[in-house]
Amino acid sequence: MAEVFLWGALRPSAGGAASVTIEAKSIRELFRKLEEQFPRMQPFIDEGISVSIDGVIYQDDWSQTLPEGSEIYLLPRIAGG
Amino acid sequence: MAMLVSTTINGDATDFSCEADETLLDALRNRLSMTGVKEGCGTGDCGACSITLDGALVCSCLVLGAEAQGRSIETVEGMSDGEKLHPLQQKFLEHAALQCGICTPGFLVAAKVLLEKNPNPTESEIRYALAGNLCRCTGYDKIVRAVQDAAAQMRRA
Amino acid sequence: MGKETPFTKREFKSVGTRPVRPDGIDKVTGRARYGADFDMPGQLVGLILRSPHAHASIKSIDTSKAEALPGVKSVITSKDFKDISKTDTELAEILENCMARKKVYYDGHAVAAVAAVDAKTARAALKLINVEYKLLKHVTDVDLAVANKAPVINRNCKTAGVDPAPTKASNISRRSEFGHGDVDKGFKKADVIIERNFRTEQSHQGYIEPHACVASVSPDGNGELWVCTQGHFVFRQQCAQMLGMDVAKLRVTSSEIGGGFGGKTHIWLEPVALALSRKANRPVKLVMTREEVFRASGPTSATSIDIKIGVTNDGIITAGEAELRYTSGPWGGSWAMLGAMTAFACYELENVKTVGLEVLVNRPKTTAYRAPSAPMAAFAVESMIDELAKKIGMDAVEMRIKNAAKEGTQSSYGPVYGPIGIGPTLEAAKNHPHMKAPLGENQGRGMACGFWFNFGGQSCTNLNIGIDGTATLTVGTIDVGGARASLSLVVAEELGIPYDKVKAVIGDTGSLGYNEMTDGSRGTFASSMSAIKSCRIAIEDMCARAAQIWDIPVDKVIWQDGHAHATGKNNNAPLSIAEIAATAEKTGGPIAGHAQIVADGAGVSFATHICDVEVDPETGSTRVVRYTVIQDAGKAVHPTYVEGQFQGGAAQGIGWALNEEYIYGEDGRLQNPGFLDYRIPVCSDLPMIDTQILEIPNPNHPYGIRGVGETSIVPPLAAIGNAVSNATGVRMTHVPMSPPRILDALEKHSEASDEEPAL
Repeated sequence: MAEVFLWGALRPSAGGAASVTIEAKSIRELFRKLEEQFPRMQPFIDEGISVSIDGVIYQDDWSQTLPEGSEIYLLPRIAGG
Repeated sequence: MAMLVSTTINGDATDFSCEADETLLDALRNRLSMTGVKEGCGTGDCGACSITLDGALVCSCLVLGAEAQGRSIETVEGMSDGEKLHPLQQKFLEHAALQCGICTPGFLVAAKVLLEKNPNPTESEIRYALAGNLCRCTGYDKIVRAVQDAAAQMRRA
Repeated sequence: MGKETPFTKREFKSVGTRPVRPDGIDKVTGRARYGADFDMPGQLVGLILRSPHAHASIKSIDTSKAEALPGVKSVITSKDFKDISKTDTELAEILENCMARKKVYYDGHAVAAVAAVDAKTARAALKLINVEYKLLKHVTDVDLAVANKAPVINRNCKTAGVDPAPTKASNISRRSEFGHGDVDKGFKKADVIIERNFRTEQSHQGYIEPHACVASVSPDGNGELWVCTQGHFVFRQQCAQMLGMDVAKLRVTSSEIGGGFGGKTHIWLEPVALALSRKANRPVKLVMTREEVFRASGPTSATSIDIKIGVTNDGIITAGEAELRYTSGPWGGSWAMLGAMTAFACYELENVKTVGLEVLVNRPKTTAYRAPSAPMAAFAVESMIDELAKKIGMDAVEMRIKNAAKEGTQSSYGPVYGPIGIGPTLEAAKNHPHMKAPLGENQGRGMACGFWFNFGGQSCTNLNIGIDGTATLTVGTIDVGGARASLSLVVAEELGIPYDKVKAVIGDTGSLGYNEMTDGSRGTFASSMSAIKSCRIAIEDMCARAAQIWDIPVDKVIWQDGHAHATGKNNNAPLSIAEIAATAEKTGGPIAGHAQIVADGAGVSFATHICDVEVDPETGSTRVVRYTVIQDAGKAVHPTYVEGQFQGGAAQGIGWALNEEYIYGEDGRLQNPGFLDYRIPVCSDLPMIDTQILEIPNPNHPYGIRGVGETSIVPPLAAIGNAVSNATGVRMTHVPMSPPRILDALEKHSEASDEEPAL
């Protein structure tokens, strides 16, 4: 089980919660379960969500594993110049 | 109505035809494929199109092609001596005085004119002499250092 | 990928040296070809007709006279593009920015385009196009756009990120919120609280090379595009979708790029050139004028930021709160969001809350500009930190050190930090001789910190070993200022061959898999990671070849110092790459390494800047007299070009801080679309810019590399603001701090002190 922290805009789709608990081993599984449990997150996931695992931000890579006890933080996908 | 213009460009007798209202910049780039002369603004504000006309530094976007009749033009394409780079070209490379490089031809031409007039310029003299050339990448630091170093080398030569 | 090639501490041979860049000689001799330096046989000249109005609906466009003009080969309007607004909203907005559909949203918005045999004919044709407009009320100011009676720019715009979703349209396209803790509780613990509004004006990336491209589309659906861009793969994808072409059939070749800084991550004229070419069945060259660059491309957001920070008397920040309003042009963006994420990122805060509002205005579509959105937020936060420090009588550096984020700190945007460089840059600043240097009359010293994320993303590289043992690296990320040098150094390091035996080239879209753009400081970070993987694949193959040559098992071969070595008891002399390559035809054909990765794990980046300014109290003119940049690079691959990035970013920030701004008239028209009136720093405006590179390895890159390109533009606005404040005693809250604004502030200040009773 991992506690997944949500940035402000995601919270309404999880009933206002700042974090949710999800059983997931990879980023792919995390997104699949978020979609199942919180359908209103779907448009955000489609638009692109970055996943911070212990402070390292993954923008694209579904295959990344979520180590037990790691800090998982969801962030909007960002762009640079 | 195109007209024929006879000039000397980088030491070679060169003729080109151009319209009466065509700039020398357009004539060099579009008629003679001298694309080392760059266009950044077309209004004389950025210096990317700097060339010399009878030894005087000008923005070629502010000169008509027709005005070059009978005159001598020098551009970045004429700076090196065969395989040997001009000291300014060499020092710009060594000091990383260019990042994107679009302003570089204009800077080189302007710096060459400066060093011909003043072989030992102060930092401040260099900065004012190059104030008509815009660079957005480097913050000018390495350009000034390259010009200083080239000047020192040319004085030794 | 970070996990496949973990960081290992090592001694470098090539990385960290400062050789001459491989593409340099073409750039000092005039041979390098930029966007406008390329022609195709039989090409036409394209020109774009632009709206003179800030906001209007297009009642009709009559192109018949232009079409009838001899020499005109095609004329297009939005009708020549399929309506994709139902299928892909985001792309439809990008297309609408390239060619207006029903409305024009800003002065300079494209409404039609022509391609003709020469420029003269094209110019004449533009004049023959008749556009009938119905003028609409416009708004260009960020705060006026969110005011009650503001004209609503887009009736479909309902603020996203608000629960429940609003039913009424407004000019706020999105609200985003970040933070943790409880700011109200935090402010209760504070001894001193300051609240202020800060404004920054819109600036342009100001690259010297205007946008340019040459497009050729054939009736069979194949096309070619030559273009100056920060990302040719992205341009290909977007253009192909807009024109209904197969992605594979559009081949995009990137020219040398004459500066981008984020402005060339977006498409502007490319789909127009392609559509003109398709209609004419001839190549079309389209080059923007400088005026078009200013009116229709580029700019960053104008902002208005309300901020409140509380500290205890011993300098601990108890709470920070900000509402950041960023203009995004006529369509929504995520600019305020980035401001809200980065604003407090340098500090360890128990209680922090930021709200970002994306504000629609009748200005050009906001575009990324070097660490987009971070400089404005840093201007507000770092100005306040200085003011608070002064108020409690603490040294501004000490107070920053006291509150600096470190490994394990929860960042203001959410996650905890790994090893980061804010503390070390501050310590370096504190100990820098610049901090102790004497100041002259009317001079003041300021400092400020800055943060930027840095990105990785999709990257793909090819490494090919020549029969003489030299190596060609093909990358798909644009070289904006020295990447071919740094990537050649990485390959030289990895293969153990000299730098000058490596040739790095930028491949076209036909030669590699998809690569993301050179943005987010990712060019060297991501492409080097892929290049290292390419090298290691080739090395593995070369070990196998050596085993074949020696006729021994492959597990008896190791790679060391650029040579294959046979282990165990045999007398085989080590084989160089050249020796292995010479026999390639017998051992399995060409030797190559192909890698495709998602380069995640770019390390966040921090900088601290120190600057001295001199303010002329008579004219309000400000001169930067000394400037120092201290930044963490992770590992500086080519230190000279890293310094160049630091210096260039600082110079752009200085220009923004002191001079650069978009000035709109009452009529909503841009009044200064040229380098004369939009004044970027010239050589005589600046001092030398000192740099200090710190190397705190990024644990997610095999060499420890972080991105370095962007962070240096973040601190200057605040550093200069603080210096001006220290020179004059006046707190500047509006960027640029141009002479009239400084004079105005000085006058108000002296009036206020005149009114105060004498002590």
